[in-house]
Amino acid sequence: MTRRRIAVTGTGVMSPLGLTMNETWGGLMEGRSGIGPITRFDTTDFGTTIAGEVRGFDPTVYFSKKYVRQMDLFIQYAVACSFQALESAGLSDEASRPDPERCGVFVGAGLGGIITIEKTHDSLREKGPRRGVSPYFVPAIIVNLAAGQISLFHGLKGPNFSHTSACSTGAHSVGEAARTIERGDADLMIAGGTEATISPLGVGGFNAARALSTRNDDPAGASRPFSKDRDGFVMGEGCGVMVLEGWDTAKARGANIIAELVGYGANADAHHITAPSPNGEGAQRCMKLALKDAGIEPSQVGYINAHGTSTLADTIETRAIKGVFGAHAESGLAVSSTKSMHGHLLGAAGGIEAAICCEALRVGKLPPTINLHDPDPECDLDYVANTARDADVEYALSNSFGFGGTNASLVFRRA
Amino acid sequence: MSAEVESQIIEIICEQLDVEASDVDTSKSFMDDLGADSLAIVELVLALEEKFDVKIPDDEVDGLQTVGHAVSYITQRLG
Repeated sequence: MTRRRIAVTGTGVMSPLGLTMNETWGGLMEGRSGIGPITRFDTTDFGTTIAGEVRGFDPTVYFSKKYVRQMDLFIQYAVACSFQALESAGLSDEASRPDPERCGVFVGAGLGGIITIEKTHDSLREKGPRRGVSPYFVPAIIVNLAAGQISLFHGLKGPNFSHTSACSTGAHSVGEAARTIERGDADLMIAGGTEATISPLGVGGFNAARALSTRNDDPAGASRPFSKDRDGFVMGEGCGVMVLEGWDTAKARGANIIAELVGYGANADAHHITAPSPNGEGAQRCMKLALKDAGIEPSQVGYINAHGTSTLADTIETRAIKGVFGAHAESGLAVSSTKSMHGHLLGAAGGIEAAICCEALRVGKLPPTINLHDPDPECDLDYVANTARDADVEYALSNSFGFGGTNASLVFRRA
Repeated sequence: MSAEVESQIIEIICEQLDVEASDVDTSKSFMDDLGADSLAIVELVLALEEKFDVKIPDDEVDGLQTVGHAVSYITQRLG
């Protein structure tokens, strides 16, 4: 039996570069940085005082203010992006959608509602347990309410839960949603990741792990993947989701297909809680799994959206890409890290970067890696340095790796 | 005083349940007319407690099904 093909028919994105996919893509093409000083809280005494905040988000564009109190910011981003994704798929009208029982949602987060957890803990201590804790506290913070709220707003009654795998959450969610459609358990899935962790504990936690850039005096230059003088990742926030449909059902309804999801790999390093395995052994196996799943040769891939966080791990990912792609990595394969512009969206990263890959295939342009003027000698691939470029690419691969040694790779094909 | 309490309560209801004052009168049921669920009622009760500095025991919350119930309950407690 042939495998059911998977169509990407819509995307929804909210990022430090803009409140929609179009705005975000515009920023990527300009090579613009979305990083700036943190405005969300007082950063006095914090090692890192910069991040990629979503600016100008008005949730009441999407839903009434009574729902705002019921949802942590990460859920608000997810619901907003679900509206965008359905609109971009031409499915805003409920009557145009497949049977609701055949429509599901896999939208996850790495951390969940940490902003609300912190604020509620403060009010618990100030006002006591009776008045200090909202009855909406639990449904506002738990990870699967991102998927749950999306199902409520749109009446989607198919499979509904959240995968969580740190910084590979978004990619795993997309891959698992494709599997769900392939298996025949759904015809349409909204899938991706969402995150809002720019809070004292979020920044403090990653600072304590010495994971964040402290280039506070140069926010736009702070996320510099593959550069010799990179000093850690820059936290971003936002959401990236896509509408996946069975190719057959998408075609039958006359959908505008953006790209095809052809390959998915998921595995583990089993090496260390935060550090990648030497030479990216786990990442290599993961990319190979995705290529095998896609049924293509490494030489057919024209673009990789790297995990590329602006940490020491950039060297490891470079080695892993060389290990999988061999001579093709030296010539003909473009690799970029869009985290150089939107920062690291953690659980949302795989979702937004998958959407970026699809757009790159659709329009034939590759987003750059900015701030790349003096590369690490061990990072010697074509990283599309500083300026976007035209490229006729058939296959694009997106890498996402997470704490816990978890890996995900997705392969998209031009539609 | 009752009229003042009523208008203060309606203001809180509008804020908490995101409804218009013109849709709220003492005959309205929180759940049936104003779109509240059980969690919204808990939140509303907390807001009333804070505003009027009273403690509303859980077993008395069940009796507060309409705007009128809330107005007479709070008025009585303040009296």
